[in-house]
Amino acid sequence: MDYIDPHIHMVSRITDDYETLARMGCVAVSEPAFWAGFDRGSVDGFRDYFRQLTEVEPRRAATYGIQLYCWLCINAKEAENVSLSRDVIAMIPEFLDHPNVLGIGEIGLNKNTRNESIIFLEHLELAIKYNQSILIHTPHLEDKFQGTQMTLDMLCDDSRINRSRVLVDHVEEHTIGAVLDRGFWAGMTLYPVSKCTPERAADMVEIYGAERLMANSAGDWGPSKPTAVPDLIFELRRRGHNESLIRKLVYDNPIEFFSQSDNFRFQPRNVDHTVDHTVEAPKALPS
Amino acid sequence: MNQRHASTVLDESFLSVRAKILEIGAALDRVDRALEDGPPLDEDLRIRRDKIDDAIRLLLSERPDRAERIQLLFSRKYAPGWRTDMAIDS
Ligand SMILES: [Zn+2]
Repeated sequence: MDYIDPHIHMVSRITDDYETLARMGCVAVSEPAFWAGFDRGSVDGFRDYFRQLTEVEPRRAATYGIQLYCWLCINAKEAENVSLSRDVIAMIPEFLDHPNVLGIGEIGLNKNTRNESIIFLEHLELAIKYNQSILIHTPHLEDKFQGTQMTLDMLCDDSRINRSRVLVDHVEEHTIGAVLDRGFWAGMTLYPVSKCTPERAADMVEIYGAERLMANSAGDWGPSKPTAVPDLIFELRRRGHNESLIRKLVYDNPIEFFSQSDNFRFQPRNVDHTVDHTVEAPKALPS
Repeated sequence: MNQRHASTVLDESFLSVRAKILEIGAALDRVDRALEDGPPLDEDLRIRRDKIDDAIRLLLSERPDRAERIQLLFSRKYAPGWRTDMAIDS
């Protein structure tokens, strides 16, 4: 089945992973800006990173027939440095017209601090000013519930936010309901250690349905499995779910959400690719 | 949405559930053996050890929202007035 991974950090993956994803049916990915494994020291460090996301990584992906889109921001881990964050936010508009940029992300909280909240709100201002979609990171483990609630408060307190253009990622059993109830999109991140297994993700699909729900692999610097979305497809099939439901979750939904971004020009795989309809087929095989 | 019978679901999950319960039992035994010959748990780990007991009690409840409640048990508390507390304008 063709699928889209809406949240995967390919800058931290080797080229072989692109090949594996392609073999698994991955036709497009979206890569949010995130922490690069170390704290960057200057706005130029981020400028180079954004060039990697907008110029280098799409080419690497295209080699394997994968369309790579991205999101730009300074992530929560580095947002404790408020002055650097403001410089990065001021620089982001340089890249917003690039043909593979879908919006602002992954913004959000990490340890749920005041500085993280301030920078999150300033990212919202940027998204509103430039009419961008928003992709949101929610914290992990014991910080997730509190951080998700705080994030939803900040989003819902701002009447200018169009909730159908906001994806809240890394939802789990205790946060998915609040995200979907308030009209946002939700992403389940399948992760071997700290987040969610394909089995638990399949449970959430059964409980909440596939409306405004997506699944991703994160595929980052930590122990992660870039082919986690096919694992979920496999689990849902094993449980006997309809192909149409699975396809909605891993293909139609990402396309519907991303299509709200002006730069999203996804080319579906041409299923008739190998058949030339202009040539009439022979009536019978030569004997 | 899920049309499968409970017997099917339990049958396919049984061995993995059994294995995970065994892991929990063995891990708690390991802690107890270390306590027999060594110092008691640090205060913050005593609190975490108690949380494990609380989580096990949640497993024994009857409602089909155990995973959600276990998640909440291991979560920091959320205070709706946080924006005022942190002096962040809305
Ligand atoms: Zn991420």
